[in-house]
Amino acid sequence: MTVASTPPNPPGRLARIWDSDIAWSFRSSPVTVVATVLALLLVAAAVAAPLIAPYDPFDPASLDLSDGFSRPMVPNEITGKVFWLGSDSQGRDIFSAILYGSRVSLLVGAASVLFSLVIGVGLGLVAGYVGGRTEALIMRVADVQLSFPAILVALLVFGVARGLIPPAQQEQMTLLVLVVAIGLSNWAQYARTVRGSTLVEKNKVYVDAARLIGLRAWPVMLKHVLPNVAGPVLVIATINLALAVIEEATLSFLGVGMPPTQPSLGTLIRFGQQYLFSGEWWILLFPSLVLVLLALSINLFGDWLRDALNPKLR
Amino acid sequence: MPHEDTAPILSVRDLTVEFVTRRGTLRALDRISFDVARGEVLGVVGESGAGKSVTGSAIIGLIDPPGRIAGGEVRLAGERIDNLPPEAMRKVRGKRIGMIFQDPLTSLNPLYRISEQLIETIRVHTDLDAAQARARAIALLDEVGIPAPEKRIDSYPHEFSGGMRQRVVIALALCAEPEFIIADEPTTALDVSVQAQIIALIKSLCRERGTSVMLVTHDMGVIAETADRVAVMYAGRIAEIGPVRDVVKEPLHPYAKGLMGAIPSLEGETPRLVQIPGSMPRLSAIPQGCAFNPRCSQVYARCHVERPELIAVGSRKVACHLYDTRSKSGVAA
Amino acid sequence: MLAYILRSLMQGIVVMLAVAFIAFSMFRFVGDPVVNMLGQEATLQDRAELTERLGLNDPVPLQFARFVADAAQGDFGISYRQGRKVSSLILERLPATVELAVLSAIFAFVTGIALGVYAAIRRDGWIANLVMALSLIGVSLPTFLIGIGLIYIFAVELRWLPSFGRGDTVAVGWWTTGLLTTSGLKSLVMPVLTLGFLQLTLIMRLVRSEMLEVMRADFIRFARARGIPERRIEFRHALRNTLIPVITIAGVQLGGVIAFAIVTETVFQWPGLGALFVNAVQFVDVPVMSAYLLFVAFVFVLTSLLVDLVYVALDPRLRSGNPAMAK
Repeated sequence: MTVASTPPNPPGRLARIWDSDIAWSFRSSPVTVVATVLALLLVAAAVAAPLIAPYDPFDPASLDLSDGFSRPMVPNEITGKVFWLGSDSQGRDIFSAILYGSRVSLLVGAASVLFSLVIGVGLGLVAGYVGGRTEALIMRVADVQLSFPAILVALLVFGVARGLIPPAQQEQMTLLVLVVAIGLSNWAQYARTVRGSTLVEKNKVYVDAARLIGLRAWPVMLKHVLPNVAGPVLVIATINLALAVIEEATLSFLGVGMPPTQPSLGTLIRFGQQYLFSGEWWILLFPSLVLVLLALSINLFGDWLRDALNPKLR
Repeated sequence: MPHEDTAPILSVRDLTVEFVTRRGTLRALDRISFDVARGEVLGVVGESGAGKSVTGSAIIGLIDPPGRIAGGEVRLAGERIDNLPPEAMRKVRGKRIGMIFQDPLTSLNPLYRISEQLIETIRVHTDLDAAQARARAIALLDEVGIPAPEKRIDSYPHEFSGGMRQRVVIALALCAEPEFIIADEPTTALDVSVQAQIIALIKSLCRERGTSVMLVTHDMGVIAETADRVAVMYAGRIAEIGPVRDVVKEPLHPYAKGLMGAIPSLEGETPRLVQIPGSMPRLSAIPQGCAFNPRCSQVYARCHVERPELIAVGSRKVACHLYDTRSKSGVAA
Repeated sequence: MLAYILRSLMQGIVVMLAVAFIAFSMFRFVGDPVVNMLGQEATLQDRAELTERLGLNDPVPLQFARFVADAAQGDFGISYRQGRKVSSLILERLPATVELAVLSAIFAFVTGIALGVYAAIRRDGWIANLVMALSLIGVSLPTFLIGIGLIYIFAVELRWLPSFGRGDTVAVGWWTTGLLTTSGLKSLVMPVLTLGFLQLTLIMRLVRSEMLEVMRADFIRFARARGIPERRIEFRHALRNTLIPVITIAGVQLGGVIAFAIVTETVFQWPGLGALFVNAVQFVDVPVMSAYLLFVAFVFVLTSLLVDLVYVALDPRLRSGNPAMAK
């Protein structure tokens, strides 16, 4: 679209967005603005990790054991190299490891959110539209699933996958298994929301009208249901992204997540925990800090989004 | 019990209520003034959003933020109550001013027995002990027409029908024998068959006690039957106030004329119901001058610039330039 | 009312059966149970014998029925990894988890409700705002990091509390308790705080928002119009109405305490069921995984049954079975 072809909106499109209620509520909440900027920075850093990271932490050739346990910002006693956030026992740069680690964490988080979103929205639509036994079954399963903590479901799925996948392929499959495990533990909320909305739309006159004039009701309904659920689904997805990142970190921390060769933030924290008593605090502190900031900033944004889309909750 | 005092029990002067929003300040009530005499029933009518309920809430001091009383004063038996500290105002509520809400279904706490809610209210405002308060609660239920009150008193709200629940609500409002009662659409949520009973009940109870009533409703029929005087509200202002008979029979304000024209009459004198063109402006878009000017058939230049004040015309007051004797166009028929 | 309780009981049984089916499928179809029990080197004859003994040649529905019957009697088979009966493994570790979970639940519930009510009543006060802000941080803090943080402060730096284990325990019949010794109690402090924290923040936020919702209800307005003192409105009228939905949701969440015990137990090397389960997942010890799944499901069904009973006690609308309407 060129500037010339833009219709002459007196206030201009951007200005109107700027002036909308949502933009106003965003601007008037400094915490949300800071959180959003922080979240974007962390995501950008994770995406651009190979460009930013001073070292490749997973290239064994670049590791030098005499770089081990360098303190943050202090030149290593033997090699004289400076590591911003210190190095671990193998001389791996913590800063680079964190960049790559948040990349893995966010990748698993985003993929699993997408996975549960597709399953949840799909099942919710089917439940609401088909009704009857199908609906009862889907919603019953969703109820049970919702009352079971996500972490337990994820652990079970993980365990089952371990039993089914031959040991040789397990390590490369871990990322996929995690996405499925976390995704399967979080779909029910979407299904509930979408089903409710579908039920409302199904009983509206236009659906009958569409049927009367010989249109298939499905596509017509989709066109109306999807915009209605977009808001709530976005809120659930945002908050679930924070949850999924935490869930992945927890699984990795428990030793059933990402392997040491491809560590996520959780795996890094698991390593770092070994040095809790011996004084190499930076190995544990920095990955933990990044994990908390990531989850917190996404949560703050999600919290604001929920309130902004639901004014009556204020 | 009847007071010989001729001073009004309630006196409202220039009461203004504003809601502060980010799009600007909205005026829900704009300098309204009226009196309620002792033992009198004042009806307040108008479309939804005209400010009827806000008036009731402002008098009893229950305007929720972001709303606030921005000006004017409210006097109860001569004593100013709009600027009382919260604790003093709480003691006025229930004790001196009672209030009845629209929906008896949601007015009662579903988790407590009727007895608990009645006794609680009685004991907050009187020195009665638990047993005396219970006896009084039973007597009140009997008065409002609950059969077998000594048995029913320990029921929960959901065990009553809608009409019976509204009777309980009335009993609750009367617990401390207030001098003034605000009934905010007390029959709107009820079945048509019980509406008349409830109105008759409120009227007779208040007459016996000499209690004054402000009856807020959008039902002109109820007003015509019950009220002594009526105030017609429009866009947060009083358009006309006066004895019911006069206002109903021969309304002066063009808006009141339209409103009365909309009452179906059994005698069939008016073959067609009159309709007022347009709709009441939103609070954010009240026109300058007279708020009714865009819909008025007799509008003229002055209506667009100057807000009409209430002026006495015979037994009543009306806010319309047509009745201003100083006005050039004179009195319209 | 009886019908209501019977219905929740039935629902519980259905859930248990569904979970039992999942557990059974795991046992039967994840890996080969015979190979897992005998190892790769067993003779064909040994295998055939065990297959017959386990009844793996029978039709699947019959196998499932047998599985349910065994489980109902507490027989979950033999752990692949430890070679011991799963039931005795679970019984041994049950007290540690139950003590930890129950104390955490009480801590989360009591503190959560108190803070939530405070945050709702003083909704614009700075302490209330601070509590709300902290709660959001709390939701973003992974449980294991809270545990690590506590260990660092109270075990590494201050050296006040032990960093792992249950301390000294006393045997009361088959139950072992850490509640009767000083070291046992000291060992409980950090795990209980860690495990209870997430639930606390969730309950607190829930209580606050429910209470704010209730405070907008008509009956609260009517109570104000009757001149009931504000304190009384808050603690008598609003609180009870708030607690009904809170108990339903919080009750279910408290079941989550058992599951999050998995993480807490790992951080504090707590000899409970959660640690047992994590080990089982790592080594695909299916009988232990199945048994643990059934155990958690049982706890859930039990809590939701309890919640239903509390619900009935709190809400008169459910108690009066026949709505005797006034004439």
